[in-house]
Amino acid sequence: MEHYLSLFVRAVFVENMALSFFLGMCTFIAISKQVKTAFSLGVAVTVVLALSVPLNNIVFKQFLAPGALDWAGFPDTDLSFLGFIAYIGVIAGLVQVLEMFLDKYVPALYNALGIFLPLITVNCAIFGAVAFMVERDYTLAESTVFGLGSGIGWTMAITVMAAVSEKLKYADVPLALRGLGSRFFMVGLMSLGFLSFSGVSL
Amino acid sequence: MASAKEMKSLVFGPVFANNPIALQVLGICSALAVTTKLDKALVMGIALMLVTAFSSMFISMIRNHIPSSVRIIVQMTIIASLVIVVDQILKAYAYNVAKELSVFVGLIITNCIVMGRAEAYAMKSPPLMSFLDGIGNGLGYTVLLVIVAVVRELFGSGTLLGVEILPLVSAGGWYVPNGLLLMPPSAFFIIGLLIWALRTWRPEQQEQH
Repeated sequence: MEHYLSLFVRAVFVENMALSFFLGMCTFIAISKQVKTAFSLGVAVTVVLALSVPLNNIVFKQFLAPGALDWAGFPDTDLSFLGFIAYIGVIAGLVQVLEMFLDKYVPALYNALGIFLPLITVNCAIFGAVAFMVERDYTLAESTVFGLGSGIGWTMAITVMAAVSEKLKYADVPLALRGLGSRFFMVGLMSLGFLSFSGVSL
Repeated sequence: MASAKEMKSLVFGPVFANNPIALQVLGICSALAVTTKLDKALVMGIALMLVTAFSSMFISMIRNHIPSSVRIIVQMTIIASLVIVVDQILKAYAYNVAKELSVFVGLIITNCIVMGRAEAYAMKSPPLMSFLDGIGNGLGYTVLLVIVAVVRELFGSGTLLGVEILPLVSAGGWYVPNGLLLMPPSAFFIIGLLIWALRTWRPEQQEQH
């Protein structure tokens, strides 16, 4: 239990997807101007992360890893080179299914998240988390915790940043620094803050 | 056939005038993580340039046959296959760099520059022009990556491409390295400063709100 808790805390704070691995930055910088939209996007990303990381873990362990196809009579096959294409397929399929499911059964949530869902397929945070999961050789339970934790960490980062952006609207920023430039400095400062978590030993 | 001038603007336009990172806000994800060392940045830049160029070319070749409802999947498949090729080549011939780049080579798949160019340019243009457009945008990305990496490696660890330029105090020299430059936040600051400089130099890129 303790192991999972420390993995969770590490995924949320110490190894924050957005602030220490720079993942999901495109949407991070383009969308986080309003707290409400940022939060909805964060929730959507968290849901997709929490589902797609374990799902890809199963795909990797059962089909792609060296020797995984033993049950089918191919003990020497190593399909791990097909990884990227399989993961992205799983993510795209999952997002599509999730979109249809929400549309049919939870229309309120669909209306709130709808426009973001297609974008999530190409969100680097999702693919990054999946790739990290494979690289670090997580088990199924670990990857669930890791996916959920990274999603929450990402949501937190993007929401806080949107809040800062909202306040910054009234600031007198030099012309050339307006918009994108100032946002980079903002993320830099936030990332500096999150760096202090790396001293936390778990 | 397009004129030589048009081709030149396709290749060199994205470097400063229309930089994919500084102006179009694309592909920042990986731009920052791989810039602690110059060799990592160079390899990453070249890998991305090749993937963008070839994916644009292939997508442009079949653009009239792709039904628009499944175009994203088709583009994804092409891009993912190319990235697998690049990844395997790197693992075979530059294993150390590939190890250091870890997941970021794979992340080229979700890099918005590749998808963005496929969607915005290659779907409407002939193959050769799309190829050049891919090279140009890859070049813009590489240039920015290299600038950031030079600053970070030179002042963060006193070396360039692993060769010692500023002798460190710990090795009997005079330079005290700036450890912050090897940390994630510095990448944000350097890109922020670069954007600031670029937009002061070319005021038409400033945002007006």
